[in-house]
Amino acid sequence: MKLDARIPGGPLQDKWDRHRFEMKLVNPANKRRFRVLVVGTGLAGGSAAASLAELGYEVDAFCFQDSARRAHSIAAQGGINAAKNYQNDGDSVWRLFYDTIKGGDFRAREANVFRLAQVSAGIIDQCVAQGVPFAREYGGQLANRSFGGAQVSRTFYARGQTGQQLLLGCYAALSRQVGLGKVRMHARTELLDIVLVNGQARGIVTRDLVSGRIRSWAGDAVVLATGGYSPVFFLSTNAKGCNVTATWRAHRRGAGFANPCFTQIHPTCIPQAGEHQGKLTLMSESLRNDGRVWVPQAPGDQRAPDRIPEAERDYYLERKYPSFGNLAPRDIASRSAKEVCDGGRGVGPGGRGVYLDFRDSLQRLGPAAIADRYGNLFDMYARITGENPYQAPMRIYPAPHYTMGGLWVDYNLMSTIPGLHVLGEANFSDHGANRLGASALMQGLADGYFVLPSTIGHWFATAKLEPVSADQAEFKRTEAEVRERLERLLKANGTRSPDSFHRELGQLMWDNAGMARNAKGLRENLARIPELRERFWKDVRVLGDGEDLNVSLEKAARVADLLEFAEVFCLDALERSESCGGHFREESQTADGEARRDDANFCHAAVWEWTGQPGAPRLHKEPLAFENVKLATRSYK
Amino acid sequence: MKLKLRIWRQKNAQAAGGLVDYALDDVSPDMSFLEMLDALNERLIAQGQEPIAFDHDCREGICGTCSLVIDGVAHGPQRATTTCQLHMRHYRDGATLTVEPFRARAFPLLKDLVVDRSAFDRIMSAGGFVSVNTGGAQDANAILVGKQEADLAMDAAACIGCGACVAACPNAAAMLFVSAKVGQLAHLPQGQPERQRRVLGMVGQMDAEGFGNCRNVYECEAVCPKEIPVRFIAEMNRDWRRAAACQHEVQRAAGAG
Repeated sequence: MKLDARIPGGPLQDKWDRHRFEMKLVNPANKRRFRVLVVGTGLAGGSAAASLAELGYEVDAFCFQDSARRAHSIAAQGGINAAKNYQNDGDSVWRLFYDTIKGGDFRAREANVFRLAQVSAGIIDQCVAQGVPFAREYGGQLANRSFGGAQVSRTFYARGQTGQQLLLGCYAALSRQVGLGKVRMHARTELLDIVLVNGQARGIVTRDLVSGRIRSWAGDAVVLATGGYSPVFFLSTNAKGCNVTATWRAHRRGAGFANPCFTQIHPTCIPQAGEHQGKLTLMSESLRNDGRVWVPQAPGDQRAPDRIPEAERDYYLERKYPSFGNLAPRDIASRSAKEVCDGGRGVGPGGRGVYLDFRDSLQRLGPAAIADRYGNLFDMYARITGENPYQAPMRIYPAPHYTMGGLWVDYNLMSTIPGLHVLGEANFSDHGANRLGASALMQGLADGYFVLPSTIGHWFATAKLEPVSADQAEFKRTEAEVRERLERLLKANGTRSPDSFHRELGQLMWDNAGMARNAKGLRENLARIPELRERFWKDVRVLGDGEDLNVSLEKAARVADLLEFAEVFCLDALERSESCGGHFREESQTADGEARRDDANFCHAAVWEWTGQPGAPRLHKEPLAFENVKLATRSYK
Repeated sequence: MKLKLRIWRQKNAQAAGGLVDYALDDVSPDMSFLEMLDALNERLIAQGQEPIAFDHDCREGICGTCSLVIDGVAHGPQRATTTCQLHMRHYRDGATLTVEPFRARAFPLLKDLVVDRSAFDRIMSAGGFVSVNTGGAQDANAILVGKQEADLAMDAAACIGCGACVAACPNAAAMLFVSAKVGQLAHLPQGQPERQRRVLGMVGQMDAEGFGNCRNVYECEAVCPKEIPVRFIAEMNRDWRRAAACQHEVQRAAGAG
C-alpha cells in the first residue's frame, strides 16, 4: 500500500488555490457521462450528492434510513464553526486552523486543516442562501457564540438543533436535484460491499431493506460518507442504525484504515439507567458554562446531593484545572469523571455518574435566565430521567460520541482504492486525535460542498476508466459473496440475538479500549474479540428470511463487521503507546497524571492494511510534517 | 412493571394484519417505550419468534424516524414528545397498551409497525427548497433577517417530518407538514422569489400523493412532537390562494425561464 497524500506545494495559504488551478477539469458537456455513487446522505454525502448533480454529474445516492433527511448529522446540537470574524474579536482563517490542529493534538495534516478553515466561511454563505434559519440579532445579522472553550465567537447555530437545520438545508438541495432527475435517490438501501474493476472502485452491492433484494450498481466513482464507528462501544450517542459496514467493507477491499483508535468520548451525556439501555443521549456541553461538576468527597456517600454540605463536595475540575475549571476540554472532563467514579465516588445507579449542579447559577441568575439558556436541555433531561434539574443537580457521564479515525484519504479525499472517495466522519483527515466542538458539521459540509466537487473532476479527467456494467463478472462475484454471507447468518440458527453479542462487544471495548487504556487490557481484548466473533458466527440467531424486511438480519450483518473492526481498533490503540487527544494511554502520563504525548515516535497517522484475516493487518505510517505551527503541549491548568 | 401489549403484526403490504397479544412482566419504569419494545423483541427471538419491525434511529427525538400510534394517539400520551423519548414511568403497572402503525393511504404499510413515508420526500422535491447552486452565494450577512421573522422561520423549520400529523388527522391530511416547509421559506427573504411556485408545487404533490384535506380539527397540532402551530396552515392557505390566482402568470414566467 502506497500512501501518497498528494499535498500541493507552495505556502500553506496558497495550496488549495494552487491545487484548484493545477487540477484538470471535465468539460461541462462531458460531466453527464460520469456516474457517481454516493453512499450516505448526512451532511457530507447529502451536500456532495447535491453539489455534484448541480455540476452536471449523474448521481445515485443511497441511505439505509427511510429518508435522506434522517441521517445522524441531524442530531448535532451545538453549532458550526466558521472563520467569518463577524464579531471582530480577532478570529481569522489562521486562528481557526491553529485551534483545530492544536485541538487535534497535532495529529492531523496541516494542509487539510488549513483548507477546512479556508472554506468554512463559504459554508455559512451557502447555508444562509438555502434558507437555513440561523440565530439572528435584532439588527438582522447572524448571531455567534463561543463554543467548546474557544476564545473567539465563531460558532453559528440554530437553537439547539444546528445539525438538523444544516441537514435539512442540504436535503432540500438534494431534493431539488431528485426532482430535476439528476439524482436517483435510493432510501432504505444498505451498502454491503464495494466492487473493484481493474483495481478501481467502480460499483457497490446493496440490499434493499424492504424487499431484501441484493443488487449491484456500477459507476465511475464511489463516494462513502457513512459516518463513524462509535457503535463499536454498543452504548454511544450515535443513532441505532449507525454502523461501520461501509468503511469496513471498503477496508477489506483495500482501503487503508487510519487511526482507528482515535475516539472522542463526550463528557456530558445522561448516564445509563439500567441494563435495558439501548443508547445514550448527549446534552450540549454548553451546560458546563453555568453548571459546576462535583462528586462527594467520601467514597460510597449515599446521601441526597442537597444533604451533602459544601465542605464535603469535591469540585474536582475546578480543583485540578483552576484556570479552565468546568470548561476543561472534552477529553479531560471525560477522563476526570471516570477517575472519580473508578475511585468509588460516582453517583446514581451503579455509581456511574457525576453531578452537574446549577444551584449557584440558579441563585445568581434566577430560574428564568437559566430556562432561557438551557430550557430545552433541562426539559430533555427531565423527560429521560424523571428528575427535575431545577431542583436537583443533573447526573452526567461520558459516552462515545465521535470517531476521528476513519478511512485514510489523500488531499483529494481519495482513499488507497483509486476512485473511492471518503468524506466527513468516515475519513480520518481533519481532526487528528481529538475534534473541537462545532467542527464536525463544518468538516462534513466542507468536504461535500466544496472539496469533493473540485477534486473529483480531476480524477475523472486523469483516470483511465473502462466502461463497466453491473452485469459483468466482478459484480456477480461480489454479489455472490454478499449473498453467501447473509445465508450464513440466516443459517447459523444459534441461540443468541445479534444485540446480545453487540452488547458483549461494547462492554469489552468500553472496559479496555475506552477513555483510558493500557497494554494489558488491550491485549486481553485482542484475545477475547476473536473468540467472541467465533461464538457469534456459531451461536447467532437470525429469524425470518432474506427476501423480506428483516431487522435481525440487518443488525447481525452490522454486528459481524463491528466484531472484525474492533480488533484493528485495539491493535491501533496498543501500537500507539502515547497519550494524545482523546486517547489516554495509562503508561504514558506525567507525574501529575496528565497525558504525555510522544512526538518522537508517534507524530504520524497509523494506517492499517487488510491482509486477508481480521487481526493481522499490516501497519503503514504517514509521517506528519509541521512546517507552520510549533508542536505545543496542551495545558489547561 | 407488568404490561399487556396488543401490537399490530403484518407480514408485508399484501398480507392481512392483526393485533397480537404479548405480556411483559419485567419492564423498568426508566425504559423508553422503544427500549421496552427492544426487550420484547429480545424475548421473541429467544422464543424463536420473529421480532417486531418498527422504525427508529436517533432515539433522541430529532430524526423523525420513530412513529407508532399508542392507545390511539400518535407518539403516545406525552405532549411534545416522540415515541423514542416517551418513558414507561408514565404508565401504571398492569396497564394494557395497544400499539399500531401510523395509518394513512399515503403511508402504505411495509411490515408490522413500519410504514412508507416517502410521499413526504416527493413533496419536498416538488418545491421545498431555494433554487441556489453551491458556490454562488453572497456573504451571509448581506441577507438581513429580523430576529422575529428568523424565529418564526425556525418555529416552522423545527418540523422533524415524522408524519404524526398525518396519522392523527381524521382526513390523513399532510397540511401541517407541508405548511411548516412552505412557512419556513415564506418567512425568509431567500424564499421570496419562488414563493408562489413552491406552494403550488408542494400542495399539488400533496394532493397527488393521496393525502386528505384539512378541516380544522387540529389533531395535528396536538400530537406534533415539535409543537408546530396550525397558524402555518392558515398562512399556507393564504399563500396558495394568492399563487393560484396568478398561476397563469407564474406558469408563463416559468415556461419562458
